[in-house]
Amino acid sequence: MSEASAHVVHHGPPTSFIRKHVFSLDHKVIGKQYYALALVAVVTGMVLSWLMRIHLIAPNWPIPGLQWLSKVGAPGGVMTPEYYLSLMTMHGTLMVFFVLTNAPFAAFGNYFLPIQIGAEDMAFPRFNMMSFWTTFIAFCILVAAFFVPDGPPLAGWTAYAPLSAVGKDAGPGEGLGQTLWGLSIFVFCIASLLGSLNFIATTLDLRTKGMTLARMPIVSWAWFITSCIALLAFAVLLPACLLLILDRIGGTSFFIPSGLNISDHLQPHQGGSPLLWQHLFWFFGHPEVYIAILPAIGIVSHILINSMRKPMLSHKTIIYCMMGIGFLSYMVWGHHMFLSGMNPFSALVFSFPTLMITIPATIMTLIWLGSLYGSNLRINTASLFCLGFISMFVSGGVSGFFLAQPSIDIYLHATYFVVGHFHMVMGVAAIFGVFAGTYFWFPKMTGRMMSERLGRLHFWLTFIGTYCIFMPFHYLGLAGNVRRYSAFTDDFLVPLIPVHKFITYSALFTGAVQLVFIFNLIYSHFKGAIAPANPWEATSLEWSTPSSPPPFDNFGGKHPVVYHDPYQYGVKSSTGDYLMQDSPERAGETP
Amino acid sequence: MSEANLTMGHGAGVMEERPFAIPSKKLVMWLFIISDACTFGAMLFAYGYVRNAAPDWPHHFETASIINVAIMTFILVTSSLTMLIGTRAAKSGDKSGALRFTFITVVLGLVFAALHLREWMSMIHAGVSLFQNPWGAPLFGASFFGVTGLHLAHVVSGAIALTVVALGYKRGRYNADDIEIWSLYWHFVDLVWMFVVPMVYLLNVAQ
Repeated sequence: MSEASAHVVHHGPPTSFIRKHVFSLDHKVIGKQYYALALVAVVTGMVLSWLMRIHLIAPNWPIPGLQWLSKVGAPGGVMTPEYYLSLMTMHGTLMVFFVLTNAPFAAFGNYFLPIQIGAEDMAFPRFNMMSFWTTFIAFCILVAAFFVPDGPPLAGWTAYAPLSAVGKDAGPGEGLGQTLWGLSIFVFCIASLLGSLNFIATTLDLRTKGMTLARMPIVSWAWFITSCIALLAFAVLLPACLLLILDRIGGTSFFIPSGLNISDHLQPHQGGSPLLWQHLFWFFGHPEVYIAILPAIGIVSHILINSMRKPMLSHKTIIYCMMGIGFLSYMVWGHHMFLSGMNPFSALVFSFPTLMITIPATIMTLIWLGSLYGSNLRINTASLFCLGFISMFVSGGVSGFFLAQPSIDIYLHATYFVVGHFHMVMGVAAIFGVFAGTYFWFPKMTGRMMSERLGRLHFWLTFIGTYCIFMPFHYLGLAGNVRRYSAFTDDFLVPLIPVHKFITYSALFTGAVQLVFIFNLIYSHFKGAIAPANPWEATSLEWSTPSSPPPFDNFGGKHPVVYHDPYQYGVKSSTGDYLMQDSPERAGETP
Repeated sequence: MSEANLTMGHGAGVMEERPFAIPSKKLVMWLFIISDACTFGAMLFAYGYVRNAAPDWPHHFETASIINVAIMTFILVTSSLTMLIGTRAAKSGDKSGALRFTFITVVLGLVFAALHLREWMSMIHAGVSLFQNPWGAPLFGASFFGVTGLHLAHVVSGAIALTVVALGYKRGRYNADDIEIWSLYWHFVDLVWMFVVPMVYLLNVAQ
């Protein structure tokens, strides 16, 4: 060990194009690559949801061009019920794994975690590069399922066995398509494990002088806690996918019960249990929800404090709450399985810790609202998206109370109520966190400001649009509308079709609004106003770098020294009402 | 992990102290071990689940196979001991001693793998496959090959990793820390076997 060297130099500045932009070791480039991948995935996933929504209100209406994607799945552009399920599966898988896991955690975490703690790069830059490219391979394998003869799998992103395990007999897409799905997620697990190892080692070992754990910004804590969750959760999904693939191509029957007769064909498997898959999957699946939302909570708290210009009531309590949520997330997987045939007594056991999660979640919300009360909030796009996040988090979270109780869940299980719940609290809320992060950090990542006018337009239309989409879902669920139906022909569902029409129009509208965001992203990247060094007058280290975007070693060959807690706002100093973490100055009295 | 050597330039005064006084590489190995323990935990959970659910789980292992497993266990535990001696030698700068004992560890690991494969072959000859066996619940074969196969893959990759690290250590590319880090992995694989033996073999002894 060369303990004497003055500072850490991982690698020199990249010289060739490939090293600079493709196989880069620079955490900032890798972060942007993750962001770009998430963007491709989210656009794909959104288009899939459009196709599904259109099909739901006009089952016989041919969608031009769809027959080109799949001759069997959509003859003449009219999708079959099976193809509807295929699109739904791909929508869910893309969104959960490649958007909600990648964007708030891998993309922003890679870019800003090392900078916020004053490091020059991640602890293992080569691992970091490998984890991105492994994720990319997983993405390619998944997308390849669109182009195999029978199309993508139709078992949903949860891939419930035995549907996902028995193979071709279970329907189109359950042949090669489902195998590709299993392989893709298997590879994704490896990538995520590599990533989280790297995040944890970086956070613990590469903090600059003075950056004690207690002085890390909330969002760095969020990434750290998330990587601890991911380290354990993906390690369980990994063997689950392995066993699923074995069931599919090795002839084993871990997840397939005896005497299963599918499509008039007695399955040769015997002795397995579909419940086993659900246990293994949800042991990963519930922590995964927090892998998606915790980084968003961190981003939102980080930005809100900045916009409020005063410290939170207790930003450390938010960190403790995130730890509490992370811990509890491993004890609640059974609440997805209340109606699976599991012992009803265990439903009670899982219901209790599920309701416990509302305690840290409520404490966090109260801290946000209580801190907002009486603050001089600076309204800009980033802070608006933070407020939008809180709104979504609460609206989506409240429906969780209902679903957490086994007796009420019997009625609501597998209805649109559940779909509305998780889209709001996990999907839209996390995406709002990503939007907030994008508007906030764009000046640092590109050196230019995003258009505020377009940003606000984007916020208001998205905010209203998402409520119009997902609020009626709860009503549909209460009315007994079951999820995963591709058309509503039952008598009790026909009167609900107008609601579905409203949702579809809202979805088309809200999706189209995202073009404003993408236009803003591209336009501002090239033509936006040049950003000042610290446009938000923020305190954390990412605003102490010598340039925007930061040089390849982040701080230009130096290591910043940290003197303060992360959120010195509302103080008297030479810079105004805030004190940067690396400023040696002492804060004056609170004005 | 070669670039990790560079990250140890924990320059005096410019970085915060590490909470654990170990190099990042070792920390990552410990984290990997935690994660891998979850993987094995899930595998053994799945095995326990299907075993409990089966009414006719075969109790197949005769005294001869138990003796074989005992010998395999003895070899693996011995390899942990030689690994320990090798690590100690590396730490005290005895390069040839470290190399000798690391390679003895690798050889013992390979003997373990060979004995394991021989057992596999004899079971395959007896008609055990992933989807059937002559004695009862078909998942017996799947879970036996699944659990022991995962472990065997760990042993073989451990033997390869130790060989690579030892050769690099000989040429000066790796140092004593790397030997120690991969010895952690080796001991972990050994520890996992201590869970596999009672759960997969001893629970299924012929009565």
